[in-house]
Amino acid sequence: MAEDPILSYAPAPEDRSVASVAPSYGLFVDGEFVAPEGEDHITTVNPADAEPLSTIAVATRADVDRAMAAARRASTGVWSTMPAAERGKYLFRIARVVQERSRELAVLETLDNGKPIRESRDVDLPLAAAHFFYHAGWADKLHFATPGGSPHPLGVAAQVIPWNFPLLMLAWKIAPALATGNTVVLKPAETTPLTALAFADICQEVDLPPGVVNIVTGAEETGQALVNHPDADKVAFTGSTAVGREIARSLAGRNTRLTLELGGKGANIVYDDAALDQAVEGIVGGVFFNQGHVCCAGSRLLVQESVADEVLAALKERVSLLRVGDPLDKNTDLGAINSAAQLDRIRQLTEVGTQEAADCWTAPCTLPERGYWFPPTVLSGVTQAHRIAQEEVFGPVLSVLTFRTPEEAVAKANNTAYGLSAGVWSEKSSKLAWTAERLRAGVIWANTFNKLDPASPFGGYKESGYGREGGWHGLEAYLNG
Amino acid sequence: MAERSRKQSTSESPDPIAERLAVRRTHKLYLGGAFPRSESNRSYAVTSSTGVHLANAARASRKDVRDAVSSARAAWPGWSGRSAHNRGQILYRVAELLEGRRAQFAEELTQATGLGRTRAGQRVSASIDRWVYYAGWTDKIAQVLGSTNPVSGPFGNVSRPESCGVVGVIAPQQDPLLGLVSVLAPVLAAGNTAVVLASEPAPIPAVSLSEVLATADVPAGVVNILTGHTSELAPPLASHEELDGLDLCGAGTQTADLATAAATTLTRILHPIAGEDFTADPGLSRIRPFMETKTVWQPLGT
Repeated sequence: MAEDPILSYAPAPEDRSVASVAPSYGLFVDGEFVAPEGEDHITTVNPADAEPLSTIAVATRADVDRAMAAARRASTGVWSTMPAAERGKYLFRIARVVQERSRELAVLETLDNGKPIRESRDVDLPLAAAHFFYHAGWADKLHFATPGGSPHPLGVAAQVIPWNFPLLMLAWKIAPALATGNTVVLKPAETTPLTALAFADICQEVDLPPGVVNIVTGAEETGQALVNHPDADKVAFTGSTAVGREIARSLAGRNTRLTLELGGKGANIVYDDAALDQAVEGIVGGVFFNQGHVCCAGSRLLVQESVADEVLAALKERVSLLRVGDPLDKNTDLGAINSAAQLDRIRQLTEVGTQEAADCWTAPCTLPERGYWFPPTVLSGVTQAHRIAQEEVFGPVLSVLTFRTPEEAVAKANNTAYGLSAGVWSEKSSKLAWTAERLRAGVIWANTFNKLDPASPFGGYKESGYGREGGWHGLEAYLNG
Repeated sequence: MAERSRKQSTSESPDPIAERLAVRRTHKLYLGGAFPRSESNRSYAVTSSTGVHLANAARASRKDVRDAVSSARAAWPGWSGRSAHNRGQILYRVAELLEGRRAQFAEELTQATGLGRTRAGQRVSASIDRWVYYAGWTDKIAQVLGSTNPVSGPFGNVSRPESCGVVGVIAPQQDPLLGLVSVLAPVLAAGNTAVVLASEPAPIPAVSLSEVLATADVPAGVVNILTGHTSELAPPLASHEELDGLDLCGAGTQTADLATAAATTLTRILHPIAGEDFTADPGLSRIRPFMETKTVWQPLGT
């Protein structure tokens, strides 16, 4: 980190001891932590120093069977027959305990994921608690969410979540499923299982009936066993488009409800009449938030030619001030890359981008020696044909393209297989609305970026997946009728 | 009130061990977040369902009504300006605190209505769950009542509900807790502030509820609860120019006169619903009457 001579920061480390990590974890099935059938284990590490944090079980097909059976029993025996208001009250309890234990959970998330504590504390945790609180209120009001219908639960949901927002993605999956009367078997990502296992503890704390929530850990094979399980009434997946495509294929012949939240290559359109300082902040937050491990990241900047030089210069100046380092330091802006494998992917694609004649600029920062790190990077002179303009990097790498007219901006923004998110910056509201109307993406931010809320539906067009999570639109994914 | 029956009052029996004398509560108004006596210094005797003297409740005056409307008006921008999520958190907090005082409310309900212990407990449970129900509504009202409107032309057009402002609530006379909660909570969930006239014969649960509200993060002035004679307090409330909505639930024979008085300033009226069952799912029936719909047009174009 190049220290600003005027402004420097003393270390402000968060207290690691507020989170306790067990040496090893079993699976959470039928309300209890149980040993897995098999012997396989995975070590989850702290990406900031590559030190092991804990050992987690790898659930076998038999373990998944066991969890699905528990979920089925809970579904028919207690959860779908309970008065809806009582279901809601369990979710309110969960929301309150997530809030109460938010400091512990935030530290745990940062240890396991590598994201800055400021983000897990101020974004992941409040949003996760709010997601449960919001959906708690829906439990006894579902007839208002399906006008004219008679909503009833699907049964058992098999859910697989990614590593970029571990607890928040768990909340996005579990809260609507439970509120609508479904039970779940959820698999967290193998690199970030710890907050899901802490959540299992919360399920016990709030006396959630056994089997309503089951957590199975593991990697690809466990995930496949889960999403292909014949007793799943519903599959919900958040992750890469490649895996989502596979799931869609394997479920294609079955009548299993499916929602997919997949990749993105979000365009962030900056018109020449935008408030440029504000736009620069939005560009930075849009792509460097959570190290760029964000499916809705604004990873393609489309800036109007007349202001491109000005914006790029201001952008580089701003990015130079980002503090990269210890995720547990409260001043840190960019933390660690989640895994060695992800770091490799980011390096590879950035290399390809540089070879494709893009101008590669990297923020002048010193990276820690241990752990997985990548500096904030801006590739300018990118054209639509470049891979870096089409493929999701899922890291702190921004591609910069230019445009001349609003029509061209829209055409370029839509020129991708993805359609998850986009941003538009202008001081003219009619232009914001005009542009938003033409963008083929599920979430459009006007003069802001990366805003999430439990009341707001989230999800993509095209190969960014289908279905929505959040808001009353998100309930549909878990209801019949 | 017979001297004999006064001695039968149960809520203040001496501690059997210490033989100490119980400290009696003064029953006050809840106004602007504080607990004043009536500015008129009047009170009235409150008896149990069997005629036993329970307490002297403050007997609010017309001036107290005006003060209550003023404080509700002052509190409205802050309350309606909070996020719906935050209002939901606060209403849920009311439920949490009520749960912790269920024994007190059950006893007050038994005294006021003659309900047996079990049924009184059920009414308290239903009252707590009613707060939870409305806590869950705050951030969904706009999603259910709002819309995007496909107008013919290059315009975006969105309608959304907003709170109407200060709502007067004449609480049911015969159902002093669940009835009160059922008419007050929806007004708050929608983002309105309230001036409540408590049940005249059974105001004590309302007084206790005001103590819960005051400690549940409900901002001062958002709820104002007046005890007294409904026939005296309702007319100045109904005709108050600053009142935006009026729930006549407990108005009884005064209903038509009050509705007429409120019509002068086109105050929104919710008439009593004959045979209303407060244990039933109320849906939006008590939220919608006290909301406005705002429609915003915006041109689309480069």
